[in-house]
Amino acid sequence: MILRTAILVMLMLASATTVAIEIHQEKSLYRNIVVREADNRRCLLFTVKRGDRNQTCMDLQDPKRLVFHYVRMAFGGLLLKPDPGRILIVGLGGGSIPTALAELYPDATIDVVEIDEAVVRVARQYFNFAESKNLKVKVSDARVFIKRALLQRQTYDLIMLDAFTGDYIPEHLMTQEFLQESRDLLSMDGILVANTFSTSALYDHESETYQAVFGDYLNFKLPASGNRVIIAARQGLPSDFEIKSQAIKFAERLRPYGIDARDYPDHMSREKDWNRTRRILTDQYSPANLLRGED
Amino acid sequence: MLPHSKTDKPKTAPLPELVFNLIVLSLAFTSGFIIMSIELMGGRILAPYFGSSIYVWGSIITIFMLSLSIGYLYGGRLSVNNPHLGRYGLFFIAAAITLIPTIVWSNAMMDWVFVRLEDPRYGSLAASTLLFFVPTAILGMIAPYSVRLLVAHAAHSGQIAGRLYFISTLGSALGTLATSFYLVLWFEVDVILMTMSAVLATGGITAIITHASQRT
Repeated sequence: MILRTAILVMLMLASATTVAIEIHQEKSLYRNIVVREADNRRCLLFTVKRGDRNQTCMDLQDPKRLVFHYVRMAFGGLLLKPDPGRILIVGLGGGSIPTALAELYPDATIDVVEIDEAVVRVARQYFNFAESKNLKVKVSDARVFIKRALLQRQTYDLIMLDAFTGDYIPEHLMTQEFLQESRDLLSMDGILVANTFSTSALYDHESETYQAVFGDYLNFKLPASGNRVIIAARQGLPSDFEIKSQAIKFAERLRPYGIDARDYPDHMSREKDWNRTRRILTDQYSPANLLRGED
Repeated sequence: MLPHSKTDKPKTAPLPELVFNLIVLSLAFTSGFIIMSIELMGGRILAPYFGSSIYVWGSIITIFMLSLSIGYLYGGRLSVNNPHLGRYGLFFIAAAITLIPTIVWSNAMMDWVFVRLEDPRYGSLAASTLLFFVPTAILGMIAPYSVRLLVAHAAHSGQIAGRLYFISTLGSALGTLATSFYLVLWFEVDVILMTMSAVLATGGITAIITHASQRT
């Protein structure tokens, strides 16, 4: 009797909400990885407790479309560097960014650095991520990778930092020294794009740190997204007019990914909207995770 | 004849046993605190070169355990002949001094390792050795030597050893907590390490002065 009632309740619940099916789960060296499917979306989640953050989602009916704002926003950097020949992406996730970039730029060399081997496996198996001649993944700490790349005198036209899962920040990837190394790795007209935070005391500290390394940069925020994307240039930013005309030129190519590029330039701000008296983060002082807890 | 044995007492200036024990125990507490504080700072120092993955922590902990174990052995050995507060103080001074290259030349040492060892596991192990082996081994000498100094004043050696482990491990616990919760939020890595070095030197000088005044 109790069992029957329980089944009935479960069925009622099932019909009321879409049931998420867990299709994969594993504990890696760095995190819990879960792949879940619901509403025709397949999502990659890290750290399932505490608010279930989706890392990447793939639209199963339209795999090309980028589901999340922040993922699409990362492409805003292309308005400043429309033809990158060498691209470095830090943080693989479900692989949607490198896959889209490889499609947009079939001739570009794309290197992805991901610290967690398990994430690479999951991206391959569940998110159609595939390496190719021009698209390579290296399992490594990003700081170590960038230091080695500098020693080998490599350069990149576009660097995308997407290493923050939302729950834990690798603190050595948010310091002045790290950003300086990343900047040194850029080609002379290279662009760095960082998908990062828009709240807490960390916003001020991080903003000030970027300012110290790059000078003025673009703070890209969309009203619908809780993230912000920093777009910084090795030498000087183009004018608003140049960015806008690039957006118009580029809009068609980006549309299949769900990116509305025409809308982007209006949300890229040069204003220094943070508390400028905050300490910058350095290798000597980098309590980023503690600062995130402060207002 | 041991200087601190009961029969020797009348010749030296009277230093109450309680005061003597307090000095040794608080210095042991301090060294316990500082060992763990340096170990945690180790993670910070290595991260820019080798990341902060589990193997980096593995390297740091391995080297700390290894150097402490050697320090215990050697400190115990040194405590056999004529143990006194003056030599005890010298351990603190030596630890304070050998900590300075770790602060001043850490990047130079890690640069050197980084270009030679590609695998960050062995890189971090080598860097931990260069940076932390000597000061930590010296800090490791303090614990057994403390036991010996205290035992000279009482017969219950096991109880004394227990009390010493208690106080120095309590120091380690508080050093870990204070460093990871607060010190990194307030100070730079080098400032924390410099302070640790200064505290060690002060502790060492206190012990040496106490010893000297006791003899005159």
